[in-house]
Amino acid sequence: MTATQTTAAPTSAASAGSRLMQLLRRRETSILVAIVAMVVVTTAVRPTFVFSGDGWRSLLLNPAIYIVLAVGVAFVIISRSVDLSVGSTMGLTAFAIGSLYIAWPQMPTVVAFVAGTLFGGLLGLVNGGLVAVAKVPGMVITLGTMYIFRGINILWAGTTRINASQMGPDFLAFGNSQVVGIPALTILAVIVAIIAGWYLHNTRSGRELYAIGSAPEAAELYGLAVSRRALMSFVVSGAMAGLAGVMFAARYGTIASNAGTGYELQAIGAAVIGGVAITGGVGTVAGAAFGAFLLATINSALPVLGIDSLWQRAVVGALILAAIILDRVLAVRQKRRLIAERMEP
Amino acid sequence: MVIGSGTPMLELRGVSKRFGAVVALRDGELTLHPGSIHAVVGENGAGKSTLVKIMAGLYARDTGEFKLEGQPVEFRSTAESKAAGIAVIYQEPTLFPDLSVTENIFMGRQPVARFGMIDRAAMRAEVIELMTRLGVTIDPDRPTQGLSIADQQIIEIAKAISLDAKVLIMDEPTAALSGVEVDRLFAVARSLRDEGRALMFISHRFDEVFSLCDTITVMRDGSYVSTVATDQTSVPEIVRMMVGRDVNELFPKLEAPIGDVVLQVRGLTFPGRFADISFDVRAGEIVALAGLVGAGRSEVARAVFGVDPYTAGEVTLKGAPLPAGSPAAAMQAGIGFVPEDRRQQGLVLESGVATNITDAIRGDLVRGGVITRKAENAAAQEWALALEVKAAALDVKAGTLSGGNQQKVVLAKWLATRPALLIIDEPTRGIDVGTKSEVHRRMSELAVEGLAILMISSELPEVLGMADRVLVMREGRITAELSRAEATPETVMFAATHAAEEVSA
Repeated sequence: MTATQTTAAPTSAASAGSRLMQLLRRRETSILVAIVAMVVVTTAVRPTFVFSGDGWRSLLLNPAIYIVLAVGVAFVIISRSVDLSVGSTMGLTAFAIGSLYIAWPQMPTVVAFVAGTLFGGLLGLVNGGLVAVAKVPGMVITLGTMYIFRGINILWAGTTRINASQMGPDFLAFGNSQVVGIPALTILAVIVAIIAGWYLHNTRSGRELYAIGSAPEAAELYGLAVSRRALMSFVVSGAMAGLAGVMFAARYGTIASNAGTGYELQAIGAAVIGGVAITGGVGTVAGAAFGAFLLATINSALPVLGIDSLWQRAVVGALILAAIILDRVLAVRQKRRLIAERMEP
Repeated sequence: MVIGSGTPMLELRGVSKRFGAVVALRDGELTLHPGSIHAVVGENGAGKSTLVKIMAGLYARDTGEFKLEGQPVEFRSTAESKAAGIAVIYQEPTLFPDLSVTENIFMGRQPVARFGMIDRAAMRAEVIELMTRLGVTIDPDRPTQGLSIADQQIIEIAKAISLDAKVLIMDEPTAALSGVEVDRLFAVARSLRDEGRALMFISHRFDEVFSLCDTITVMRDGSYVSTVATDQTSVPEIVRMMVGRDVNELFPKLEAPIGDVVLQVRGLTFPGRFADISFDVRAGEIVALAGLVGAGRSEVARAVFGVDPYTAGEVTLKGAPLPAGSPAAAMQAGIGFVPEDRRQQGLVLESGVATNITDAIRGDLVRGGVITRKAENAAAQEWALALEVKAAALDVKAGTLSGGNQQKVVLAKWLATRPALLIIDEPTRGIDVGTKSEVHRRMSELAVEGLAILMISSELPEVLGMADRVLVMREGRITAELSRAEATPETVMFAATHAAEEVSA
């Protein structure tokens, strides 16, 4: 009989122990360990990596933009699609916000952030709408819009670039401010990640994204609003990319037409490293955010360790492959274990 | 017991559904009463699944009435049908493998507390209660991946109960279950019936139908045949209603001299698909593999040809053993394989007729590393003529031909390899009636020329009309081997629905 041997409700003591084991076995935990190891090793080689005002600030500030991008992309990947346009969306939004400052120098900082997020969401709506209407995989649509958004950016900007002097001083000050030693942009990214994580974990529509990514055919049979949820995931991804664009403008103060190029692959890579399965249905916002943190830390640690910058990409690539292979091995092993469990008499 | 008293829970009358030119359901009729378990039986293609999908809200009916508790209903989606209280359990459960048992049961209708936050504790408590009530212990937090089909079905049933479904439809739920699991499922079904729900049960196993159900509706060729009380009928009567037609005069079968054994299969086994399959096919002989969909016929054929693996047993062709898992070796040894789905697996639709016909003999046409159009056409011409392929020219795209002509092209492709054995899976599926008999005539002529043919068919008339011998499979085993004289609709159907011991008894 198959069902009878499955675990009965465990006692509370055992459950506390197994919960600890579960926590240790989670992907988020191992990524966190990797981050700590990376920081410790690098600091041992050069203490200023952490123990200097500038080192500490960069360590925390560098991941902020990646975290926001990876969290947005995670929404799309969990529902078994992918968004390649986030880098272009981010660049176009950054340029749009810069232009807005030129037209309206007194624009409050809050307005810049809200406008950028909405603008990004609008670009995401274009992606989601095309995917829903054309019934074409998101990868193809967003490959197209990745070039289109970038093309618009280049047409608009030409060879001009927007400089710090053209943007609001409050805006730039916010981008470089700290609260109790933590950069404001990092705090913003963490807050956004917490809200997104709460949403995916606790709401119906959030759970439905997992269901759709896990088994799209079953989702249809369940009567879930599959295309509406897919549309929503692209809007979220676009809005996050828009927010990242505003953060980019606030942090660097210089925006050219190539801003954000290549960020889409970093964001997807971060999500995958963080355990968001490219096959959909699995992963968490926390994982994606930690993955982004790890990626940003590696990017800043390798030069410090004296490793040629040419090797950085190779290291990131190896990490992504390792994460995917690990996912696959774990999935196969779990499947075998679950089957073996029920094969026992 | 009295049937037909009170307002029916669900009523279908004169329901039809067509897909383009194909009529899937001609005249469906069904009345489900509360507190009753109602069986629907019929051959493959009788329209049972279409009926289920209409009730599930997956298909919209073309004509007819559909009432739920006396009220006419119109479902445009599965969500609407579910909201109205109809739960469907498909043969293959449709769960989300990565999500927990609890989440699967409540997906799309989770209880929410403040801020739209899902109430996980309430969900979990209800699942534990449901599982206790169903008498099973499945961990509510584990993912559904890796659960047995039986446990997955229990989860589907738990879902239906938590929905408080009034109508529970089970489409061949027992096909993949063991004896104990079937007993458990039936106990649950009976308790749901006693609560006053209406259950519908599709099965090919008569013993189950007769032990579980109080009413039986028979369907045939997309139409309603009859509804009878279980205690007033018998298995032979049901089988007669299911088959109910003259089958012997459709196809001209030519007498062919039977020669030596060409294919010998011994003890072929692959756990979960088929077990201990042994049979011979001789030159000039047409052997049919009959049985219901899912009995493992195609799986056996694919294993013989080497597309799928097998774990035990051996296949010999003309006395020489054939390596397992190598279609190339099978082709080399002289086996041709016409697959069931010719558009996907048998043809390159975008290529011309000549290219398709010569696909399996490419290697022989190469001259100095290239294949000339001339050599290709010459080789194709011969077989296109022999099979009377009706195409304007040899470079016409295969995808534009009719179903019958496509099938001839696939046949031509394999005949061009000059095989000793031809395996044909569903030779006339999707082919119109006129062309059907032509395909049959070709097969018959090939047998006369000394080809050994192994045919898989779900169409009883085809099996009875074409085969010299009929092997009947049920659940991965051969339950009967019938000579042409012994094979009748009743004997084949009986063997297809009963275990081997019962058949020989």
